[in-house]
Amino acid sequence: MIFLKLIMTNLCRHRIRSLISVAGITFSVAAMLTVVTILQGAIGMFSRILSNDSEIIVFERDVSDLFFSNVPSQAAQEISRWPLVAHANPVLFGIVSSEGHPIITCFGVTATDARIQKAEWLQGDRNSFAQRADGVVLGARAAEFLSANLNSQVQIGHSSFHVIGILKTANGFEDGGVFMPLESAQAFFHKEGTSSVITVKLHNKDDAATFKEMVKTKFPNLIALEDAEFTRSYSQFRILTATAWAVGGCGLLLGGLGVANTMIMSVFTRIREIAILRVNGFSHAQIGGVIFGESAVVSVFGAIAGLLFGTCFLYALKLIPALDGYVDTNLHLLLVLLVLLLALLTGVAGALYPAVYAMRVRAVEALRFE
Amino acid sequence: MRVTREFDGAPSIALRAVDLWKSYDEGTVSVLEGVDLECLEGRSVALCGPSGCGKSTLLHLFAGLDFPDRGKVWVNDVEINRRSNLLQLLRHEVGFVFQLHNLIPDLTLAENCLIPTVAAGIERRTARARLLELAERTGLTHRLDHRIQKLSGGERQRTALCRALMNRPKILLADEPTGSLDEQSSSMVFDLLLDLVAAEGITLLMATHDRSLATRCDRLVEMHDGKIHEYAHA
Repeated sequence: MIFLKLIMTNLCRHRIRSLISVAGITFSVAAMLTVVTILQGAIGMFSRILSNDSEIIVFERDVSDLFFSNVPSQAAQEISRWPLVAHANPVLFGIVSSEGHPIITCFGVTATDARIQKAEWLQGDRNSFAQRADGVVLGARAAEFLSANLNSQVQIGHSSFHVIGILKTANGFEDGGVFMPLESAQAFFHKEGTSSVITVKLHNKDDAATFKEMVKTKFPNLIALEDAEFTRSYSQFRILTATAWAVGGCGLLLGGLGVANTMIMSVFTRIREIAILRVNGFSHAQIGGVIFGESAVVSVFGAIAGLLFGTCFLYALKLIPALDGYVDTNLHLLLVLLVLLLALLTGVAGALYPAVYAMRVRAVEALRFE
Repeated sequence: MRVTREFDGAPSIALRAVDLWKSYDEGTVSVLEGVDLECLEGRSVALCGPSGCGKSTLLHLFAGLDFPDRGKVWVNDVEINRRSNLLQLLRHEVGFVFQLHNLIPDLTLAENCLIPTVAAGIERRTARARLLELAERTGLTHRLDHRIQKLSGGERQRTALCRALMNRPKILLADEPTGSLDEQSSSMVFDLLLDLVAAEGITLLMATHDRSLATRCDRLVEMHDGKIHEYAHA
């Protein structure tokens, strides 16, 4: 109890300094949580686009980005005939711009694709898809920012398209995207006879290994990965994840420096008190315990406040209409625990030098210190 | 190294210094120059002398807070050096009272007194009982939950005395314990100090400027220029 009092006493003695330190950890944790959650959410959404009613993705081996992947149409046709395959849908991804909207994602899909067949159609008839070459279906948000309705003409890139339907999906990328018949997309993006990926659903999931081996044998230039495997290994996702953690880590490092500064000041301004504890029998470990205890309290309070602040910030982002569907605010328990642990470790690391300094205080000299 | 007792039946030597030398600032300031001193168990010894004569330094060496350049120190027959168990010494063998009370201002009187028991890992109930006992004997019972800022100088010094005695040390080292008090408080604290050490059979080595107080100890030792010049028995 006295031990805890010693820890809390000093934090309360310099309230502003302690609060600044807590704020440093708070903002670091909030930043890390927000950045990682948003990017993980984005990755999750992109993964869900690929795994829509499928469990395996086939794409060109060794490409740095799926937008550069070229999968021959014949491969899609042949794979769809394999007995263990329930269905195989080629999808072509493309990025175009329109006036005032620098990035619009285009999906070149077949009429049987789950995106067309299983989505909620707000306007138009799903059976009309791919009936005309210039007919496109817009996601609800795309229709909104392009000010388009059913049967209106929209300018996408250098071409004009006829809107044959508007559909609603929970995925921000799809909801803000344009769905074109595969052949139209191939012509539009000058990728005739190819798609970016083939999304594959098997009759039996357990045949995944066999399927992957068959692709490897039959199409050496292609690679088949299960959805989870793809999410883990896709270089863009890995870069995004690493970036998120690096940005968050920098934030936490700054927070840690704040704690270090506070703890150094804390130790320097009470050398005499530390000496009193020494004279009264406190061991080096007990002195260190007081200093580490202070930093741990700062870190824990900062981390809890950061979690609350970060969560509120994420929900606030979700409420912004322009970001609807793009921000996934689901906090994963593992992420929360990891961020808390990192905050605690940062706090402890920040207290390392001050604690060692405090432990080395020579009581007899420190008692002369005013 | 242990010191053998001189003969059976006589009080043993609680504190012993042999040819102690101590200097600061790389030898330029010499503080102790060959000090020899023995304090018998259960006796009170006053160490008198002008400021800077080395009284405090000698007390620090006995408490293991500092180490001599040359010579040896024994506390209860155990030699004190850098390899000694200094925590054991500070937690159980020696209590220290300073001229300035050196209490932690944000803690209460009780919390300050309990610090040595926390350090030594003494059970809370035992520590509390000892605190109440000492508080009663020093007249501080009604002040236990008061913060140090609310206490008078005399009360603070009595608190420091309680804290020093919490773990029932066998030796009490007091460095000008009444130096910061007025005459009345000084006399009161000193009376209390002598009563407590007598009641608990504690060996007292006290540095003081005040000759009138010093003469009330069992023995008075004069220090000048880092040397013990004379032994004067009160």
